[in-house]
Amino acid sequence: MKVKLYLYTRFERFWHWSQAFLIIFLMVTGFEVHGSYKIFGYDAACRWHNQAGITLLALSAFAIFWHLTTGQWRHYQPSFDNLRGIIGHYLIGIMRGDKHPFHKSEERKLNPLQSLSYLFLKVVILPLQLVSGLLYYYYNEWINWGITARLDGVAFLHTAVGFVLLLFLVVHIYLTTTGGTLLSYTKSMFTGWEEVEE
Amino acid sequence: MSPQSNWCRCTSCHVGYGWKDKDFDFASSENVDCLVCHDSTGTYRKFPTACGEPAYEEKKFGGKVFKPVDLRTVARNVGSTSRTTCGRCHFYGGGGDGVKHGDLDSSLLKASKALDVHMDVKGLNYSCTTCHVTKAHQISGRIYSQPAPNKHQLALPKDDGERLACESCHSQTPHKKENVLNHHVDKVACQTCHIPRYARGGVFTKMWWDWSTAGKLDKNGKVIVKKDEHGNLLFHSKKGGMGWAQDVEPEYFWYNGSMSYFRSSDKIPPQNGVNREPSKSLEINSLKGDYEDSKARIFPFKVMRGKQPYDPENRTLVIPHLFGKKGTGPYWGDYDWEKAAEVGMREAGLPFSGKIDFIETGMYWPITHMVAPKEQALSCEECHSRNGRLANLDGFYLPGRDRWRMLDSLGWAALGLTLLGILLHAGLRFVSAGRKGGQS
Repeated sequence: MKVKLYLYTRFERFWHWSQAFLIIFLMVTGFEVHGSYKIFGYDAACRWHNQAGITLLALSAFAIFWHLTTGQWRHYQPSFDNLRGIIGHYLIGIMRGDKHPFHKSEERKLNPLQSLSYLFLKVVILPLQLVSGLLYYYYNEWINWGITARLDGVAFLHTAVGFVLLLFLVVHIYLTTTGGTLLSYTKSMFTGWEEVEE
Repeated sequence: MSPQSNWCRCTSCHVGYGWKDKDFDFASSENVDCLVCHDSTGTYRKFPTACGEPAYEEKKFGGKVFKPVDLRTVARNVGSTSRTTCGRCHFYGGGGDGVKHGDLDSSLLKASKALDVHMDVKGLNYSCTTCHVTKAHQISGRIYSQPAPNKHQLALPKDDGERLACESCHSQTPHKKENVLNHHVDKVACQTCHIPRYARGGVFTKMWWDWSTAGKLDKNGKVIVKKDEHGNLLFHSKKGGMGWAQDVEPEYFWYNGSMSYFRSSDKIPPQNGVNREPSKSLEINSLKGDYEDSKARIFPFKVMRGKQPYDPENRTLVIPHLFGKKGTGPYWGDYDWEKAAEVGMREAGLPFSGKIDFIETGMYWPITHMVAPKEQALSCEECHSRNGRLANLDGFYLPGRDRWRMLDSLGWAALGLTLLGILLHAGLRFVSAGRKGGQS
């Protein structure tokens, strides 16, 4: 039997989609600043990239507050429960039309593979990108902060993590098509409601 | 090339007004010509070959008639300096309009705003001395051996001696709207963005001067003169081959305001000319500073390139005797480099082996005049792009220009593989879903 669960509250949805927009926009402008192509022109790309970065930083502050105060951070506690089975499902089971081995609930809405990769994204990848981005942004202040390093290292890290985020985004978007229908996961990220097998 | 042994020609601008012989006192302020700067009639002109003197009787030079100067009128009309008086030498250095400087030529006499925002005759209408403030004949300037202003120091006279800089008026934070531009000022000179091109006034500037082809005469033994359609000299038997350009993009180098000069007694280093391809040219002046130097900034230059005679045995540049009486060895008359160098070097008191060869040389001329309206300042992409204006400047990471090829290749390859994997996965999903649908 299928039941509908309210998994994603209004703030979570707002946070998810605004973060998605900001990250995609940061990628588009960021790789332009990197010199990979020309869309907006360096001047606009650079300015908007900085503004979007600061906005993402502010959004993250709200998101952290939300995670802590609502207890939603618990969904990201790492779990290795049947990790092998879940990976196996995506590689083989999905082709056979098997049911997803993980059962979503209001207490645990992320499967172990999700919780691990989102945790890694939230505590390693995004902080790395935000910190290296801020350092890059404040390059002119380094001299006053006593930093004698060169820009090269920070630029390398920021670009490398940019590529990691790009790969994450591509895989993430593809995996949204693995629900009941191609768009059912995307839909629940808009409505907050998700139909799960009981 | 030097005024030495060519005094009566070069002293029409170079120090040596009234030169007579080797006992001339170059240090004496008695030997300074007041009128060349302070004539306000525009009629006081030095005759090109009269040892710094004007024409006192009607004389011809290269088809141009020099009328005798009326010293009474001139004396009654002494006044402040003007673009005309300064320009007499500074626009025509090297023997013609725009020859030496790329950013100073006669087009500045009636500058438009597009040519020079400060000298725009319908706008600010600055004279040379509005910026080159002069006290008791001490003219403030920028170049020579002094360093550029420090990061947190204005170049006002009280801070910085008698040197002047854009910052003297515009401060260190001149950009009101875009603070990110102010972040550039410690590493990028104002001139770099605000003088996008030089020789913009319609006067061509000389970019190439090949002395090695000089001396070729026509079959009657007469001087050959070739000009382009704009009237620029392309070849002259006395001077060799030349190249000219207008509206030129500068070349950019790190520069802390100091230069060192290659002197006539200096030895040409072994990597230049003598034992290898002359492609690496000898620097007549060398710029000091690099990215690590906190006083150095990226600065625009005209690089005057050419070929000059040198002594391949003593490995020095030679000072040829160019100008003088035919038969006494001047190149402009006898067309014999060895003889001209022998006379010139003897007068300079320098050794000469008797052999002549040619070496490619380059000289840096800072670009600092012809400041364009702000709308014409360089856009970000001019430098922040793969093959921008700073493509050849190394030692630092420039966003938009620099990358790690390995990282980029790896990143894009990973993206390609990921997309391929997704395509495969989605294809398999699609096929197996279809098969299942068929079965049920």
